[in-house]
Amino acid sequence: MVTTVAPVATVGRRSRAGLVLTIVLVALALIAPLLVYPVFLMKALCFALFACAFNLVAGYGGLLSFGHAAFFGSAGYVTAHAAKVWGFPTELAIVVGVLAGTVLGVVFGWIAIRRQGIYFAMVTLALSQMIYFYALQVPFTHGEDGIQAVPRGHLFGFIDLNQTMTMYYVVLAIFLIGFAIIFRTIHSPFGQVLKAIRENEPRAISLGYRTERYKLVAFILSAALSSLAGSTKSIVFQLASLTDVHWSTSGEVVLMSLIGGLGTVLGPVVGAVVLTTMENYLAQFGSWVTVIQGVIFVLCVLTLRSGIVGAIEDVLRRRSRRKAAPGV
Amino acid sequence: MTKRILGLAAASMLTIGTAQAQISDDVVKIGVLSDMSGLYSDLAGQGSVIAAQMAVKDFGGTVAGKPIQIVSADHLNKADVGSAIARQWIDQDKVDAIVDVPTSSVALAVQDITKERGKVFLISGAGSSDLTNKACSPTGVHWTYDTYALAQGTGGALVAQGGNSWFFITADYAFGHSLENDATAVIKSFGGKVLGSANVPLNTADFSSYLLQAQTSKAKIIGLANAGGDTINSIKQAAEFGITSGGQSLAGLLVFISDVHSLGLKVAQGLVLTESFYWDQTDETRAWAKRFSAEAKKVPTMVQAGVYGAVTHYLKAIDAAKTDDGKTVVARMKETPINDFMTKNGKIREDGRVIRDMYLFQVKAPGESKGEYDYYKQLAVIPGDVAARPLSASECPLVKKG
Repeated sequence: MVTTVAPVATVGRRSRAGLVLTIVLVALALIAPLLVYPVFLMKALCFALFACAFNLVAGYGGLLSFGHAAFFGSAGYVTAHAAKVWGFPTELAIVVGVLAGTVLGVVFGWIAIRRQGIYFAMVTLALSQMIYFYALQVPFTHGEDGIQAVPRGHLFGFIDLNQTMTMYYVVLAIFLIGFAIIFRTIHSPFGQVLKAIRENEPRAISLGYRTERYKLVAFILSAALSSLAGSTKSIVFQLASLTDVHWSTSGEVVLMSLIGGLGTVLGPVVGAVVLTTMENYLAQFGSWVTVIQGVIFVLCVLTLRSGIVGAIEDVLRRRSRRKAAPGV
Repeated sequence: MTKRILGLAAASMLTIGTAQAQISDDVVKIGVLSDMSGLYSDLAGQGSVIAAQMAVKDFGGTVAGKPIQIVSADHLNKADVGSAIARQWIDQDKVDAIVDVPTSSVALAVQDITKERGKVFLISGAGSSDLTNKACSPTGVHWTYDTYALAQGTGGALVAQGGNSWFFITADYAFGHSLENDATAVIKSFGGKVLGSANVPLNTADFSSYLLQAQTSKAKIIGLANAGGDTINSIKQAAEFGITSGGQSLAGLLVFISDVHSLGLKVAQGLVLTESFYWDQTDETRAWAKRFSAEAKKVPTMVQAGVYGAVTHYLKAIDAAKTDDGKTVVARMKETPINDFMTKNGKIREDGRVIRDMYLFQVKAPGESKGEYDYYKQLAVIPGDVAARPLSASECPLVKKG
């Protein structure tokens, strides 16, 4: 990861390449709904944002959370309830959902951040299971039914979200904003400190950083962005259900990040697209989906240790190094 | 110039107009959305797909000169999975009608989507009476049974026999609550009382704590407002707890023949239940059941029989109306009386509820049963208008109050 000593020219070339890549990807996302079923794309985008948010703590902070479904799902419930029962306008409903998820993130983070590794994962899992059983029992979530027929409404009072295309571009905008926040965070001094903590926490402490505070802030930010993804999903599908708070969703997001490439910027996006595509197009195999997912996961771990994007990055880096030093 | 554009627009609108009066995409696509792997897969599931295929085959494979196609999917009893499939079927795969959909929570979600897109929804597997009440739809038809009919049948019969105090074990989702509410209304109208209830998550393995609550309530009747695998588990575990030998009796408000088959007559004997179809009723039902069993290797439930009937009636309406436009077809279905092997002089009410006779059965004792699947004896016929919620009490916006 310590490639910051690269000469200025390569950095310039790489950022220019990054810019081109970004433009190509955004252009692809803009025309995608003309080629692919838009509701499926929206689902992929929601999960991509969710996976990116997860990647912020797991990939850059080194904290493997196993309870992110709690933020994703509860934000969905709160948004759905606010939009349907309280009659909030869509944007306000999403804001309320994100706030609820963030508060939950503060509580979870404050409790869990004191532990590391497997203990951290177990604490977050336990907390999110509490949220699951709460959602199963409280009346406002309607148990197995979930909150159904959530109105999509109008964004800012004049953008009609019942049009699938309009909804798609709103979801895309939300995703890009979320992604930009994550990108900015990773490349800020704050992100550098986070990486330092991941690599060697005692050393970061000895350098004078109060690592727990950094980790907590990253965790809360991640929870907030996960909530944004969950709130958006409940508006898109007009439904908030138990699936989103279930631990399997927490597991799915871990899977997405690992397959795409933990600790890479685009990895979680790729992982989310791969997994939602699989779910969508393998649905006809019924309960075999999980088996197929498992096999692919095992193969990925065995052959692509650093995920799909991680492997591509490795190849590119090796090639640019060869170019930079000809004759070697 | 503007005139020309206007003309073009008018012409294109005309083509859209005529296109609607025909079969869209030159194929009638029927989607069977069911539980293929979970606790309701035995009573609906693959059997429903077979029933739908039989209906298409018996109809000749084409309607109004166009082919009929059947697709199917597993909704895993989750509203989010079910609604995503339904949306994709309608938006992308051009499905014209969705059939079956056990699990009321999923059915309610599909009802919203089909209502919004004007596609036909033929409900056979789901039971919640809300589907033709608060959540009714101009393109939704509730074919086989609903919780109101079950409550009238089983609930009414047991209170009349002296079971006047009840405790409910309720599946914690739309169907369970709807069944509990409908049954409570019936029990109260007969002068009985409800002592309490326990909400149980769907697909529970361990009923012990709920059964103990029911036992301590000292209610004469423990009402099981659940279905499929949950009913089987709760009845088996109640037997293990000695609840029935302790003087309390169980009332399975929704018991299918597939459940009785899994339980075995020894455990299930004496259960009173309400169904709209039993294979051994008439020559017609026996003949149909025989054909079904030959393919499915098991006896049909009322849900599967209902899928056959509903698909046939739907295809007949398309044939008569020469279009597969949802609203037109359902309007035509409502005009035509239903007559098939399981339904005699049935009709679809304005709220989408099929008015049909229901039957009160009792499960035979092992000694009475003469052969395989010889499980029920008929106690009474519940006339269609008694088995359905009266329109005067309806909350469906489609019902005109006058």
